[in-house]
Amino acid sequence: MESILISLSGGLLQALEPLNLFMIILGCTVGLFVGAMPGLGSVNGVAILLPITFLVPPTAAIIFLAAVYYGAMYGGAISSITLGIPGASTAVATVFDGRPLAMSGKADQALTAAAIASFIGGTISVILFTLFAPPLAEFALKFGPPEEFALMVLAFATFIGLGGDDIPKTMFSILIGLVLATVGLDIISGKPRLIFFDVPGFLHGINFLVLAIGIYGIGEMLWTLETTGGKVIVHKVKLTWSGFMTNVRSVRVYIKSTTLGSILGYFVGTLPAAGATPASLMSYGLAKTFSKDPDSFGKGNIAGVAAPEAANNAASTGSMLPMITLGIPGSPTTAILLGGMIIWGLRPGPLLFSENPDFVWGLIGSLYVANLFTVLINLAFIPVFVRVLTLPFTVLAPIIFVLCIVGGFAPTQTMHDVWLMLLFGIVGYLMRKLNYPVAPAVLAIVLGPLAERSLRQSLLSSQGDVLIFVERPISAMCIAIAVALMLYPLFLAWRKRRRSGSTNGGPEGSDA
Amino acid sequence: MRKLRNFFAGTALALGAFSISSAGLVEKAAADWAPRKPVEFIIMAGTGGGADQIARLLQGLIEQKNLSPRPFIPINKPGGSGAEALLYLKGKAGDDHTVLVTLNSFYTTPIIQTDLGVDISTFTPIGRMALDTFLLWVHADRTDISDLDSYVATVKAAGKDWKVGGTGSGQEDSILTAMMEAEFDYEVTYIPFPGGGTVAKNLIGNHIDSTVNNPAEQNEFYRAGQSKPLVQFTPERMAAYPDIPTAMELGHDIVYFMQRSINGPPGMSAEAQAWYIDLFKTLFESEEWQTFCVEDGLTCDEWVAGNDLAAFHSEQGMRHRELIESVGASAITGE
Repeated sequence: MESILISLSGGLLQALEPLNLFMIILGCTVGLFVGAMPGLGSVNGVAILLPITFLVPPTAAIIFLAAVYYGAMYGGAISSITLGIPGASTAVATVFDGRPLAMSGKADQALTAAAIASFIGGTISVILFTLFAPPLAEFALKFGPPEEFALMVLAFATFIGLGGDDIPKTMFSILIGLVLATVGLDIISGKPRLIFFDVPGFLHGINFLVLAIGIYGIGEMLWTLETTGGKVIVHKVKLTWSGFMTNVRSVRVYIKSTTLGSILGYFVGTLPAAGATPASLMSYGLAKTFSKDPDSFGKGNIAGVAAPEAANNAASTGSMLPMITLGIPGSPTTAILLGGMIIWGLRPGPLLFSENPDFVWGLIGSLYVANLFTVLINLAFIPVFVRVLTLPFTVLAPIIFVLCIVGGFAPTQTMHDVWLMLLFGIVGYLMRKLNYPVAPAVLAIVLGPLAERSLRQSLLSSQGDVLIFVERPISAMCIAIAVALMLYPLFLAWRKRRRSGSTNGGPEGSDA
Repeated sequence: MRKLRNFFAGTALALGAFSISSAGLVEKAAADWAPRKPVEFIIMAGTGGGADQIARLLQGLIEQKNLSPRPFIPINKPGGSGAEALLYLKGKAGDDHTVLVTLNSFYTTPIIQTDLGVDISTFTPIGRMALDTFLLWVHADRTDISDLDSYVATVKAAGKDWKVGGTGSGQEDSILTAMMEAEFDYEVTYIPFPGGGTVAKNLIGNHIDSTVNNPAEQNEFYRAGQSKPLVQFTPERMAAYPDIPTAMELGHDIVYFMQRSINGPPGMSAEAQAWYIDLFKTLFESEEWQTFCVEDGLTCDEWVAGNDLAAFHSEQGMRHRELIESVGASAITGE
């Protein structure tokens, strides 16, 4: 414990050196805007910034890239909330409630909640990182294919809370997502699957961000145009200091789901297979499942913004762990970070902690500092971002449209994805009109490939014996929690019916 | 502050040098080609594996040494044992801003997946950066396995319960696994993972029993005492592993290399090809690259480029066809 504190203070001092501090502030600011621009949030942004890092010493360079990465996690929420376009895949869950809040004139509340939740998520996760990095690296190693699959089942279980009351429509939405997730080359045999009309673009599968931008960006834009006829629909937001303080104080409303999301996000982030996107979606599902008012989710519940934002920031810190100790990057951005490390002769692996403690602790120290600066910079820019919403929708709609096209093109740089995104936009609009929940489809397409791969790897190694999932302790635990989660809404409904059935109310769930 | 001043001085010097050299280059400049937009640096494998590490190191060196006016952007296309990357490159015919860093699945995937319709001889050869090597690895805790003989005995006793991790059917580790199955007359269960880094991690976590990782993928775990190599599949012992015997020494004719080469799409312009050959030759000869090769057990003695590389590809393609026929495609795909 003492040695951790000494190393940490050394790392903090290192992060506060003038050059490193400057790189942190620069990185956070750049990252915030890179994250806020749909399509720029991808690899390209950081790749273009890589040359800057050759002007400074290695530790400062890595700190800069980490700060960009960190800032981008915050920034992703901004376009999700103000424009309804997920700036990055990690910010898709933020759209679910962030957009409805913005449409009802509460964009400042949503943005403040996103920033504060991100800060809490970042802080909790970096503290966990400081205290438990080596034991957690051990734990991550225990996660084999069966554990990964069990975790995915757990993630699917959090869906139950996501679809509203219409179970058949939710199931339909999940199944559509799962079918779309299987498009492309089979992961085990390499054979092509579901290549519609032999269009070669389908070989690389359906990019999840393309689907999300289409459904939320384009679909919502069409829906809003139809329902409002292009009039200004967002009331002018009054920005005052006391209003801001009220927003800050409202943190107690969502502190529970934020804390839960932070811890969940950190653990999911440390697993090399998962990453920040599943973490944020799972966190949203959990927040809804355990909310007193689950029906308000998807219609503008502040906890629905805070939970995924806390989780994706926590996961981005968590994913530094497999990068440092195993050399496995959890995302394209950490892959570039990894490249930077290799150039400077820093070999990621189990020995990096003991052989290059200055670098590792400098990086950890910089995360503390970056977290603080990003939340301050982010809060300072909220009035600017909110102003965007006071534009008439007839002006805003073309901007959204262009940003969606750019965002659809950027990840793979093929026109195929742009056409696909427009198609999903129309589908999203129709689903909205027919009252189908789209969130479960989005979740299924993210988790489907991960679940399929780990399922097939597990069954290969057990020679087809499904007991492998309950014989191993970690996976059995995940499956048990998943079953409990799936039954929880049923239990609530049963208790509600029982209560309303008996005149004076029965014993409080005593026989649960 | 001193740093900043150095930077400005450096910039001024560089600008000066540039204006002097550009004066001498005026006549040549018209014929020269250089990228006009970011170059897509396609990796036909997942993140964290050997090919990925190489691409990211090269990308960094290109930036650091300022060798290209536009950045190189690494993009992983690991699907279907590299089929995704090969099809992508095929679709980029005539494009001067896409290059591919290969594994041996460059040869094997088109042979095994016959319906892919990819002919690698149409691709534009640029240069061979290295020959990568393979070793047989088990977890350091396997005290019952100390050499090749005890390994073979243990695998035979375990039969199909023995799990070998790899990066996909048709990838070089699956071929090497099939070659070993044929040589030692046993059968194992082969489990594919997305990338060599993940394979290495699953060995350390005891989710699989053995791997045939490249040195780069296991070296850090080996140094940390978490895994151990049993045998190397090179003609002679590598400098990095002086105490580990080769399969040849033990009387088993298993030698297997993997080429790490750079290739363009079909129909790349001759000017662009010449520019890329120059670029990667500079990188190949750089001190950083040669150091990387030594540390990672890569063989980087000979620079092979252009038509020589095409000849090498055609010879390797034949050899892989024979290998696959001798062990049977089904032994590799597991069907």
